[in-house]
Amino acid sequence: MPSLKDLKNRIASVKSTRKITKAMQMVAAAKLRRAQDAAEQARPYAERFNAVLGALSASVGSSATAPKLLAGTGADDVHLLIVMTAERGLCGGFNSSIVKKARVAIETLKSQGKTVKILTVGKKGREQLKRDHGALFIGHVDLGDVKRLGYADAQKIARDVLIRFDGGEFDVATIFYSAFVNVVSQVPQSQQIIPAAFDAPETEEAASGPLYDYEPDEERILADLLPRGVATQIFSALLENAASEQGARMSAMDNATRNAGEMIDKLTIEYNRSRQAVITNELIEIISGAEAL
Amino acid sequence: MADMMQFDLVSPERNLLSAKASLVSIPGAEGDLAVGPGHEPMITTLRPGIVKVDTDKGTEQFVVTGGFVEIGAGVSVLAEKAVPYADMDQATYEALVKEAEAMYHDVKANWVNEPGPVDDAAKLLQDMVAVGTHIGLDPMQPNF
Repeated sequence: MPSLKDLKNRIASVKSTRKITKAMQMVAAAKLRRAQDAAEQARPYAERFNAVLGALSASVGSSATAPKLLAGTGADDVHLLIVMTAERGLCGGFNSSIVKKARVAIETLKSQGKTVKILTVGKKGREQLKRDHGALFIGHVDLGDVKRLGYADAQKIARDVLIRFDGGEFDVATIFYSAFVNVVSQVPQSQQIIPAAFDAPETEEAASGPLYDYEPDEERILADLLPRGVATQIFSALLENAASEQGARMSAMDNATRNAGEMIDKLTIEYNRSRQAVITNELIEIISGAEAL
Repeated sequence: MADMMQFDLVSPERNLLSAKASLVSIPGAEGDLAVGPGHEPMITTLRPGIVKVDTDKGTEQFVVTGGFVEIGAGVSVLAEKAVPYADMDQATYEALVKEAEAMYHDVKANWVNEPGPVDDAAKLLQDMVAVGTHIGLDPMQPNF
């Protein structure tokens, strides 16, 4: 049975914890709004880009001279997994669920006899994967000092990936990130970016779309656009991830705040009960003392 | 004004302009082109330069550093980076050139198999210098 003083201290400490989680929740809410805004702003570019790229690759894709970024290297032996997570914790299952998805993919690929290489973006994923798969790391991108995600950050990652691809370090690249559905639900995703995989354009739409003239020719344009496509996809994934992280943190902190509230209620009841018990005890002592006289 | 078409200028980070336009001048990779309503559908890449748009609310100009243009029912410019002409000063310009220069050196040092990206980066840098001269900023002729 804890003493009155202990209970009082515990209530005070849970109360200050609640203050912190409440503050974190509000900060996350503000950041979430900004992240969602950024994702919203980036959507038109990505959508148009993919539409054009999809149409282009459909018309060039089958030719023998198609760029490697589209057609692949012809092999399927070395896989690069780009695992994107947050730089900070305290955001519920956000990091773990991405890592879990990546782990499953690693095991599957390994059991198929493929070589796996890992590039991590964000500190948390690196820490979690280090113990089991540390030997597979080939690089890490730290976004810890990035205040506001810019396209330049995505370009830097894309350039790193493309240089490795050019150097023949891998055949297939897949990104792992979390798609933002809403505040309480973020779905870990994997998406193959090299060789580029597009949703096949629906035939009707493709037929009704305008027939474009290309200047310079289709293949040159495609060769120019594909590397940008990689950057665009990475950028969208980074933005989705940022929004998901804040969403996950917000709901995690909301839960924590509610739990702290419940705990305070329980502790307060316990405190009141034991205070009452002490008073009753004292009364009994006084009364029995008086009777003894 | 007579005929108008939808014009959109988008960069990866935001939507810069969405308006009705009567004429758009674009720095295409193979030469400048002016696009009016009813232009034949076309896709072309951009070189660094100035996009000029005659909208129903006046003329707007943007400095772009590359990307591509889709001309269909309307015109969509998808620029890698775009800065309104009025915001373009020496400092902004220098930052852009520095970035192009850094990229050139980075690419040159790392790209082994294909010459393509290295040439592209060198061309980008040259075009950036040309843009600087054009809009009357010190082009900071880089030495490479």
